[in-house]
Formats: sequence, structure tokens, C-alpha cells
Amino acid sequence: MTGLPLLSLAIWVPIAGGAAVLAAGAGGNAVRARWVALAAAIAGFVVSLPLATGFETYGHVLQFAEKTSWIARYHVNYHLGIDGISLLLILLNGLTTILVVIAGWKVIETRVEQYMAAFLVMSGLMNGVFAAQDALLFYVFFEATLIPLFIVIGVWGGPNRVYAAVKFFLYTLFGSLLMLIALIYLYNTSGGSFALADWYRLPLPMGGQTLVFLAFLVAFAVKVPMWPVHTWLPDAHVEAPTGGSVVLAAIALKLGGYGFLRFSLPIAPDASHALAGLMIALSLIAVVYIGLVALVQTDMKKLIAYSSIAHMGFVTLGLFLFNRIGVEGAVIQMISHGFVSGALFLCVGILYDRMHSRQIADYGGVVNRMPLFASFFMLFAMANAGLPGTSGFVGEFMVIMGAVQSNFWVGFAATTTLVFGAAYTLWMFKRVVFGAVANPQVEALADIEWREVVLLSILVVAVMAMGLYPAPFNAILEAPVSDLLLHLERSKLP
Amino acid sequence: MILNALDYAAAWPEILLLVMACTILLTDLFLPDERRHVTYGLTLATLGAVALVAGLSAPTAPAYAMHGMFVDDLLAHTLKVMVCVVVAAVVVYSRGYVMARGMFHGEFFTLLLFSTLGMMVMISANSLLTLYLGLELLSLSLYALVALQRDTAAGTEAAMKYFVLGALASGMLLYGMSMIYGATGTIEIPKIAHAVADGTANNTILVFGLVFLVAGVGFKLGAVPFHMWVPDVYQGAPTVVTQLISTAPKLAAFAFVMRLLVEALGDPVLLVEWRQMLILLSVASMAVGNVAAIAQTNLKRMFAYSTISHMGFMLLGVIAGDINGYGAAMFYVVVYALMSLGGFGMIMALARTGFEADRLEDFKGLNRRSPWLALLMLLLMFSMAGVPPLVGFYAKLAVLQAVVNAGYTWIALVAVLFSLIGAFYYLRMVRLMYFEEPTDASPIVGFRDARLLLGVNGVATLIVGIVPGWLMSMCQSAIQGSL
Repeated sequence: MTGLPLLSLAIWVPIAGGAAVLAAGAGGNAVRARWVALAAAIAGFVVSLPLATGFETYGHVLQFAEKTSWIARYHVNYHLGIDGISLLLILLNGLTTILVVIAGWKVIETRVEQYMAAFLVMSGLMNGVFAAQDALLFYVFFEATLIPLFIVIGVWGGPNRVYAAVKFFLYTLFGSLLMLIALIYLYNTSGGSFALADWYRLPLPMGGQTLVFLAFLVAFAVKVPMWPVHTWLPDAHVEAPTGGSVVLAAIALKLGGYGFLRFSLPIAPDASHALAGLMIALSLIAVVYIGLVALVQTDMKKLIAYSSIAHMGFVTLGLFLFNRIGVEGAVIQMISHGFVSGALFLCVGILYDRMHSRQIADYGGVVNRMPLFASFFMLFAMANAGLPGTSGFVGEFMVIMGAVQSNFWVGFAATTTLVFGAAYTLWMFKRVVFGAVANPQVEALADIEWREVVLLSILVVAVMAMGLYPAPFNAILEAPVSDLLLHLERSKLP
Repeated sequence: MILNALDYAAAWPEILLLVMACTILLTDLFLPDERRHVTYGLTLATLGAVALVAGLSAPTAPAYAMHGMFVDDLLAHTLKVMVCVVVAAVVVYSRGYVMARGMFHGEFFTLLLFSTLGMMVMISANSLLTLYLGLELLSLSLYALVALQRDTAAGTEAAMKYFVLGALASGMLLYGMSMIYGATGTIEIPKIAHAVADGTANNTILVFGLVFLVAGVGFKLGAVPFHMWVPDVYQGAPTVVTQLISTAPKLAAFAFVMRLLVEALGDPVLLVEWRQMLILLSVASMAVGNVAAIAQTNLKRMFAYSTISHMGFMLLGVIAGDINGYGAAMFYVVVYALMSLGGFGMIMALARTGFEADRLEDFKGLNRRSPWLALLMLLLMFSMAGVPPLVGFYAKLAVLQAVVNAGYTWIALVAVLFSLIGAFYYLRMVRLMYFEEPTDASPIVGFRDARLLLGVNGVATLIVGIVPGWLMSMCQSAIQGSL
């Protein structure tokens, strides 16, 4: 282990990079802004690599911890530290940022430096969310991510971007404000501490636990998003530029799932048990009902957005099964969904850049003009449908196993996703890619260039590696998941 | 007591300010127009010197002067330095603006200094009379400042409204003070507190007087239902005067609340009484301020309603009724002054001769015209909305923590609900600046010093947001040191 504050670097290098990009691009120097952004994104990823190499796989203690006093008056500490779950999400975040910078390389032509800077700042803030061990620090990072994403959707988005951006912001802010009250309640009951470790030990009566759980539920459910507070997501996705969609799907939604893991379950375990039925029901509605909704979409981005909601339903389902395989599956599903949905949004973005349409009906026979692209797209569509051998299969399979362990019918309902998922993904794929060339615009399509090949290849490697050999992921998750289950077993009623 | 009477040391900053204000008033008479910047420089130097004198002598124990009518304690010391800094910032912001509008005369600067003196006297008041004296000195200077552009109808109307309603509020205050005097037999704040604690004072008369005092305080703070003057005055006054009204006097008004309600009438029996009234004022202010702000098309008017809601938030800390809450309220008001300073500074930065830049649509597409100014305004807006990591968030956090700690979780819930509504109109500003195309392509002109200060001011909302600990501790120790 080195003496460097690695986690702080992982947070602040991208943010400083964002400031540097703004400075580099001042006066409209787009080329320089792009290169600085790429350098900063790579630097941000590279400084997070020692976290992986120096990580002690089966360690139960917080790793790479840093702690200094931040707001002495409220005993708040700048306390960072990670376990396996955080590690995976930080790495995913760093990688995604590089992809987003490359994806926006040519497409974004106005205010390039602001676009790139927003993503870099967001990347640093999200690392902060995953590393924070102090609830107030977590909240600050959690909320701060809203600002760059709001700007990204609103400035570079589609025609209805203003509506989508404001809806996105107000929905999520509503959830977080309730969570803030819960944090203050916990601070006061714990005798003046925002430290997560203290809150894990804090006995709480059932009433208090339930209220805290519900406040967290609103905040995180909006973020995940769970049915019925999911309606902002399709709007935001459809209007966001490609990079915005990728970050939203790959990382921002994970903040919700991560919040459940870090806050709801260990802080209010008794309430979690009591309300697990509700959570499972909501998750199954997301899986089944939203799957059906996805089936009838005519807009590709909307379809993938609904598919995201259905897949995130698996995450919340897995978390509330309270058995090892379910929880581990949920985390793996989060990572896998990051790769797969990110890849799908990139694919749609590639089509959109050429055709300026997201309507399925405007396409047909793309494979004839873009064979290379079609094969990449095919692989990601299969992963989205949960084909064995891809990362999409591992998480879903584990969650279904966990569900069957706890209740056969829950497992049965969850399994329908394999049918619906395959149906909406492959049907969309068929209509867009296969068949005869539909119209002159498709006829004029050019296949992907090397920049896009690199982009998609990185994701192919990730999706396949995770699908074929998930053992390292399971190993990394073993310690944090058993810690979590331990918290869940102990009653915290006074 | 005789020795105390001679002890003017506690009032050195005020004495210096008074002498300098008179000197500037006289000097200015002999200055030709082209050398008016001497007045400007002298004003800044005076404010700096007063801040220095007030700031260097941090009192360990409260020091009294003038027969105990005047006190210098840690609260006074901290607030005075802040008032001087804020007014100095207003002066720097003002130069280009007042020059372009023919207001660059000695009276502008001397009135500013006299209003500052009024605030400082209020902050250091240890008797009801001193408190009232300071308040009137402040208010009269402000009435004149609002009407400084004699020939604009809006300015005159605003000044008239401000004067009439302000006089009404002063009348209420005086009436309430006379009741308190009648019940306790004294106008000195510590003695009032003693009389209330002894139980010798007639409780009915005390509560009767308290109602008038709270109404008067409500007027001065601009809390609903005593807020009617705020939007008109904010809109009608020259922007620089609005900037002054919305910043430094709020610090003084906070001291006013502390001296009057907490130090004099903070006895638990009375605390229950004024807490109920303040809850009403606070909730109504947050509701009316945030909802009405949505409907505004004039930015100064929108800020006026935003001020109303911020004052409602600030009162939450006072409602909590303990040291923790007062510290949070003080932090809130300081942070609010910082944000409001920047908000009006931004309007002045975009204004030019014959153009006020005070409509929302004037900010359309600012990101195209000046990305730097747009970024600063973005920081200010998100800070006012209370989004972390900007400093406005910590202000809200502190008062919410205090009010939940005092057992009023429902008020905290109401407060976050209204701050969600409030977020909408701050977001609208960001939307206009970033998501829309500019309608006005003229270059943005402005003085370099004001631009620089605006940059410092905007970035400060971010920097203090990243490291808020020191300011929170400073406010807390100021409160602890004087209660």
C-alpha cells in the first residue's frame, strides 16, 4: 500500500481536470479542450487503478481509509474508505468517463469544454459518493452530481430537453430532501454523529426505523428508479445527449442501488425486513410491467430506458431477498447493467449521429450498410436479453436463484424477464438491423470508424469477461456482502 | 458605573465611523466633480479602518459603555466586522453603476456610512433606546438612499412606501417597548431579563408588548404578513441600494432579534410565547416567498420574494430557541448576505447606461455572452436553492438540524417542501442562462474591480461550501460568547 491518499486523488483528479478543461477551452478552442478532457479522464481512471491492485480481496475492514475533520462544529469528518462494492463501482465509473469523452469527441460541437468538464466533475463526485463513509459527505457528493447532469441534459439534449432536465432535477431533489431530514434525525438520535459506522450500531425503535427507511426509500427509489417514481427516466434518457444517457444509465442509477446497500439495509434492518414484501412487489412490478411497457416502445432510446428500469428492478429485488446469492447477484447486476446499457446507448447514439432519428420505424436493414456495427450491436442486445456467456446472464441468474430460494413464485415472476427481455430487445434489433434496406437514408449509412470500434471493443471485453469468468467479482464481493448480511441478521430494536 | 460612563473604548469603531462620515461629508463639498473618486477612496478606507478597529479587539468579556446602554461582546464584534466588509463590497460594486446614473456624489457615500453607523449601534445596543436609535439611523439613511434618483417615479414610490410602512413598524416597536418598560420598569436589556426572571413583571403586559415587538421585528425582517413593502422597495430602488438593503441590514436585524427577543425576553416563559408567533411568521414567509417568486418576471422582485423566504428559513434557527439554533440562524444570515451580495452584483454587472438588466429575460443565453459570468450566477443560484456543495446548503442544513433537534420535525418537513418549490425558480434562472439563446448581443461592460469582486463573491459560495467548518464555528462561538 502506498502513502498516497488514493481515494482523494480518485475524487479530485477528475474535478481538477474538469476545471483545467474549462480553462483550456476558453475562447472556443475545442480541439485543445477535447485532448485535455481525454487526458484528464484517463488520469482519473489511472489513479483509481492502484485501488484495484492494492485491494485486499477478502478483507473485512475499510480499505484506503482517510479521515480528517471537516466541519468540527457538527463533528463531520472527511472520511473516505472503500470495500469491494465501492471498488467495482469506482472502476466502472472511471472507465465510463473515458468512454463518454471519446463518444462525444466529434458529435459535440458547441461548448465542448463545458460538456467535457461537466462529465469529468461528475465522475469525481460519483467517486466521492462511493467512497464516503460519512453520511453528510455522502449527501453532499450525492446531491452535487445533480448540477452537472442537469446542465448536460438541458444544454446538449434533444428538443424537449428543458422539460426533461427540470423534471429530472426536481424529482431527485424531492427524494433527497426527505433523506436529508432522515439524516438529521439520525444525527440527533445518535448524539451528534454523521459517521456511518456509528449509525450501523445505533439502536432504533421500529417507528423510527420505518420512517428513516421510507425517507431513504423515496430518495433512492427515485434514483434507481423504481416503479412508480420512474417516469423521469425515459424523459431524461430520450432528451439527453448520448454521453448523458451513458453516464445516467451506467453510473447515476447505481447511486440509488448503492444507497440501499449503504443506508437503508444496515441502518434500518428491522424495517427492511418488515417492508421487504413491499420492496419485492415494487421490484417485480418493475420487472414485469415495465418489461411489457418496453415492448411497445417505438423510440429506441425509450425502449432501452424502460429496459434499464426493468433491469434495475432486478437489483432492488436481489437486495431485498436477504440471502447471499441474491445480494451478490444484485451488485453484479448493477455493474453488468452499467456496461450493457451504456453500450446500448452508445450504439443508439452511433445510429442517431448518422440518421438524426431514434424511431425504430425509420430504420431497417442497417446490417447491409454497417455490418461491423451490427455485430457489436448484436452482442450487446444479447447481453441485454441475458444470454449465458455475457455479463447480463450472471447477475440475473444469481438473483433468480436467490428469489427461488426464498419464495418460488417470486422467482417465477422474476424469470419472466428472460422472456420479455429477449422479446423487446431482439424484436427492436430485428426491426432496426435486419431485413432489406428500408429507405435511402439507411442506404447512405457509413460503417463505424476506428474511434467507435475502440469504444465498443472495450465494452465487449468487459461484457464477455464478466460473463465468462465472474469468479473475481464474486471474490471481491464476498466480504462486503457477508458484512451486510450480518447487519441484516441483527435486530437493532432497543 | 461612573467609570463605565467614561469608558468609551467599547465604542471606538462607532466613534471613528462617525468622525469619518462627517469628515467625508465636509471634504466632499470642496471636491470638484472630476475628483469625486477621492470620496469613494475615503469611504472604502474608512470602512476598512473601522473593520480593523472593530476586528482587532476581540472582547473576552462583554465591555459596557455609556451607562450600560452600549455593549461590545463577541457577537457585536463578529457582526460589526461582517457589516463593514459587506458595505465595503457594496461600495466597490456600486462605482460603475452610480457613475452611469449620475448618483456619484458625496451624499450617496455619506448616507451609506451613516446607515452603517446605524447598523453598528443596533448591533451593540444594550438598551431598548439604543436599539431604537440605531434602527432609526439605519432606516432614515435607507429611505433617503431609496429616493436618491429623485426623478424616477418607481424610486420615489418605493421610498414613500418604505417610509410609511417603516414608520408604522417603528411605531409598533416603540409601543411594544413602552409596554416592556411599563412591566419591568427599565429599558436596559440585562435588567429587563432579570425582571422577567424574577417574576416581578406583569406577564400579561409583557406578552402584550411582545406581540408589538414581534410585529415590528417582522416588518424590519420582511417576514409575512409584514412583507408588503419588500417587493416594491426592492424593485423600485436603484439596484445598488437594493443590494445594500438586502445584505448588511439583515445582519443588523439578526442582532436586533437576538438582543430583543433572546437577551431581553429569552426567559422560558416568554420564549414559548414568541416562539409560537415566530413559527407562524416563518412558515408563512417560506410559503408566500417561494410560491410568489415563481410568478415574477422582474429579477429584483424575484429576489425580494426569495429574501422573504430566506428570512423565514433564518427564523427557524431562532425558533429552535437554544444556542445551537441561534448559531445556525447567524450562519444562515451571513451566508444569505454573501449570496444576495453576489446576486445583485450580477445584475449590476450586466446593467449599463439606460439598461437595468433586472428582468429575467435579460439573462437569456448569458452562457453564450459570457461563460464566466454565467458560471458565477449558476453557483449563486444553486447556492440560494440550497444544493450542495454550495454554501447555501449548509445554511439550510444548520437551521433544519436545529429545528429538528428542538422537536419540530414537522416544521422541517414544511421547510424542505417549500425549498423544493423554491428550487424551481432558481433553476429557471439557470435554464435561461444555459438552455436559451441570447436576445441581447451587446458586449458586457463593467469596471474591473467590480468584476473581480463578483468573481471572488461567486467562487466564495463554492469555496466556503467545500470548507464551511470555520464560518460555522465562528458564528457558534460568537453566540456562545455573548449569551
